[in-house]
Amino acid sequence: MSAARPIANTRSAAGIPTGRLAVWWVIASEIVIFGGLLGSYVMHRLAHDAWTAEAAHTNTWIGAFNTFVLLTSSLFAVLAHAAAVDGKGKLAAKRLLVTCAFGATFVVVKAFEWNMEISHGYTITANTFWSFYYTAAGLHALHVIAGVIIMLIVAKDAAKNLELHRVELIGIYWHFVDVVWIFLFPLLYIAK
Amino acid sequence: MAEAAAHHDEHHDHPDYVKIWAILLALLIVSVVGPMFGIRAVTLITAFGIAVVKAYLVAKNFMHINVEPKYVAYLMATMLVFMLLFFAGAAPDVMKFEGSNWVKPEVVQTPSGHGDAHGAEPSVEHH
Repeated sequence: MSAARPIANTRSAAGIPTGRLAVWWVIASEIVIFGGLLGSYVMHRLAHDAWTAEAAHTNTWIGAFNTFVLLTSSLFAVLAHAAAVDGKGKLAAKRLLVTCAFGATFVVVKAFEWNMEISHGYTITANTFWSFYYTAAGLHALHVIAGVIIMLIVAKDAAKNLELHRVELIGIYWHFVDVVWIFLFPLLYIAK
Repeated sequence: MAEAAAHHDEHHDHPDYVKIWAILLALLIVSVVGPMFGIRAVTLITAFGIAVVKAYLVAKNFMHINVEPKYVAYLMATMLVFMLLFFAGAAPDVMKFEGSNWVKPEVVQTPSGHGDAHGAEPSVEHH
């Protein structure tokens, strides 16, 4: 009888690999976190006309550019997944690195945007609209940064053809971060 | 040979990702241009309606939620229902300014850039 303990990554009563199930659970909890935040934003926005005037100060073009950046990053994340399915670890790693580059671009653009807004007096304490703005966009940016870090770790292994299933797992998370931005963009930048 | 071809097909049986990306970009353009007309209904449809379509396309084609067991989609939907329950529970307090036994005091929006930490939200006052 072997003393080795079974590792719960190849057996699952749930019908899908345990790692993937875990990622879906993470996303389920994230829906509640971002959903609560966005729900609060929507009800305050609808209740207070003054918020519309505040929203007019956000830059639609910067928001649209960052949407383009995240959508394109998602394309490379899913292409990395396709490469991993084909067993092409190096190609998957390269595509993950491109995804990371787009993620970093998103954060840099956001830093410039915030710098511009703060220099104009739109700080997190200016009023509750800006408090929501920085909290929602900041929480999302933290998720982008976390995704990039995890993706770099996954890419390092994938380049050696190791743990290729993780390419899909980080991809699912990354697409969710993209979906959150898809809703943040109209709420913070378009509806004025 | 046939087995190898089938294996190859299985691995490549996925949507045209570049095409999906192109559709997403086209929808992005529409969502930016639509609100420029200044018509409320058009803004709602192009900004928020299209956001829902974009999210659906990403979830289906990039996250592949449609090939997961059904309970995964149900799990996500349940979380959205929780969100709606939260909204329904909290919205009356946030969005109503008077009730049968209470009224909110009027609070003036502080102009941006003056650093007022309290902001524009009125507190609820029960009588």
